[in-house]
Amino acid sequence: MIRLCATNIVSSLGFSSKENYEKVTRGISGVKLYPAGTLDVPKDFCASMIDNERLEEAFGMHCEPKADYTKLEKAAILSVVLALEGTSIDPADNDTLFILSSTKGNVDFLETDPYSEKIYLWHSSRMIADYFGNPNTPMIVSNACISGACAQIVAHRELSSGKYHTAIVVGADMLCKFIVSGFQTLRAMSPTFCRPFDVDRKGLNLGEVAATMVYRVSEEKEGIELVTGAIRNDANHISGPSRTGEGGYNALKYICRNIESKDIAFINAHGTATLYNDEMESIAITRAGLGAVPVNCLKGYYGHTLGAAGVLEAILASYALQSHNILATKGFGKLGVSQPIDVVGGLRTTDKDYFIKLLSGFGGTNAAMLFKLWRNDK
Amino acid sequence: MKVIINKYRYLGGINDEKELTLLYREMGIEYSKFFKMDGLCKIGFLASEMLLADEPERFQPLKDRAVICFNGSSSLQDDSNYNATINDADNYYPSPSLFVYTLSNIVTGELAIRNKYYGESSFYISRIFDAEMICRTVNEAFMDEETNSILVGWTEYFREEKEALMMLVSRADDNAKGELMTVERLQQIYTNERQYKKEDDGRRIN
Repeated sequence: MIRLCATNIVSSLGFSSKENYEKVTRGISGVKLYPAGTLDVPKDFCASMIDNERLEEAFGMHCEPKADYTKLEKAAILSVVLALEGTSIDPADNDTLFILSSTKGNVDFLETDPYSEKIYLWHSSRMIADYFGNPNTPMIVSNACISGACAQIVAHRELSSGKYHTAIVVGADMLCKFIVSGFQTLRAMSPTFCRPFDVDRKGLNLGEVAATMVYRVSEEKEGIELVTGAIRNDANHISGPSRTGEGGYNALKYICRNIESKDIAFINAHGTATLYNDEMESIAITRAGLGAVPVNCLKGYYGHTLGAAGVLEAILASYALQSHNILATKGFGKLGVSQPIDVVGGLRTTDKDYFIKLLSGFGGTNAAMLFKLWRNDK
Repeated sequence: MKVIINKYRYLGGINDEKELTLLYREMGIEYSKFFKMDGLCKIGFLASEMLLADEPERFQPLKDRAVICFNGSSSLQDDSNYNATINDADNYYPSPSLFVYTLSNIVTGELAIRNKYYGESSFYISRIFDAEMICRTVNEAFMDEETNSILVGWTEYFREEKEALMMLVSRADDNAKGELMTVERLQQIYTNERQYKKEDDGRRIN
């Protein structure tokens, strides 16, 4: 089986998965209102951002300044270093593959240094893999907001095929004027804290995170298994929703082909808190026969973290399943989608063994992954 | 199971979007969404139209066909165009129509929409046309049991590099006939097509 062996989250809430998970269980959010002028954006916006000084301090403490790294590269390297701490995993091994998930990489350098190699995602991936002395060309997934899930699906395939034994998946996107102004001009941003699936939801918050998941081939059935995953396109619109939730529905149908809905503890949805995304997800979930499964989402704690979202949220959902918890959907009050799905408003417990991670993104793309908790007593 | 190359087309020697529009008109396509697309989507779209024009039952929805594209520069051409709308504080007019194309995978969405392909859509970044990585990634995409064929693209559109290689590959039985997708064959196709294009351009100039 493909086992999740180590994780880390570098975010506004802390620099370890455990610290992040504990804060989320206590309902603490990293999202703040930033005034106009922040990141040189002329309008105010709500987001969660990694404090630069804290990042520099932690990087200085745990990492070596081997090259001139950008904020994204520093956060990603720090995240991998901390994920591997205390494990016997050798990131320089021939059998280890780095997989980077990012939508925009160092796109801010287009403004300051457009002819630098820093603008290329392959450059960032090489900086990260080189830090660890890894000899293999890293894989780079850039598939809009589902990239984090795609990177894990690629890891599953590379490990299942036997090509590699260990996959280090890093999801990272940092906020800059380019990204914030873009979501503002699409009128996708909420003026206040986001409210996923709520009747009063007014759009998304943004967030920056670097998160790491280390997957390995394991003979022993233990811990969290990435069972399967699927990616499906709506074939409908590049930036608008599918009224039938087509891609999400097809992805869910595929990953659930061998299990029953009664065995699923929860679906950790994308839940960006835009009108269209949450409505589309509710349709996809209901059409797939999963309408009775509890649904939660974590955007209220971090905002939408773009290429890191699938990694960040799968880590927190895995922690929750291992603690037999279903995390609360911060910002949710009253159901505001057409389908009567069970959105989790407050922390719940569960005795079930599976969870689903669902994501959707521009380009009509959708992903779903199925995870299983193996208990020692079974 | 093995993967065979059904057909491929290469489109190169393109200098700008005007030339792509000219080619679009020459090909006699009627698809108004073309005019909204950025350069990356336009070049990918036209190369895929060249490849798929003779498909039997074109536009019948296919749930078992994926679209998987690769390039080195993501959407940096459109990113640069969008950036020009925000980098001057006195002339700040962020463009939503440019911003929606600032993702590399929009081209895979455009191809899925045009052709009604409901399968997987993925985009990967690679500094160069890495035949080994492309071959491996495409082969492994067939681990998805519902995927029976894949529209594979190398779609590059940034600064001096503007080209698209589109291939249709499919899942086949071990004893099926057809050209096997191998690292060597992918590299040969890409190298040869670029070379033919250069020689062709040379002849035109002479």
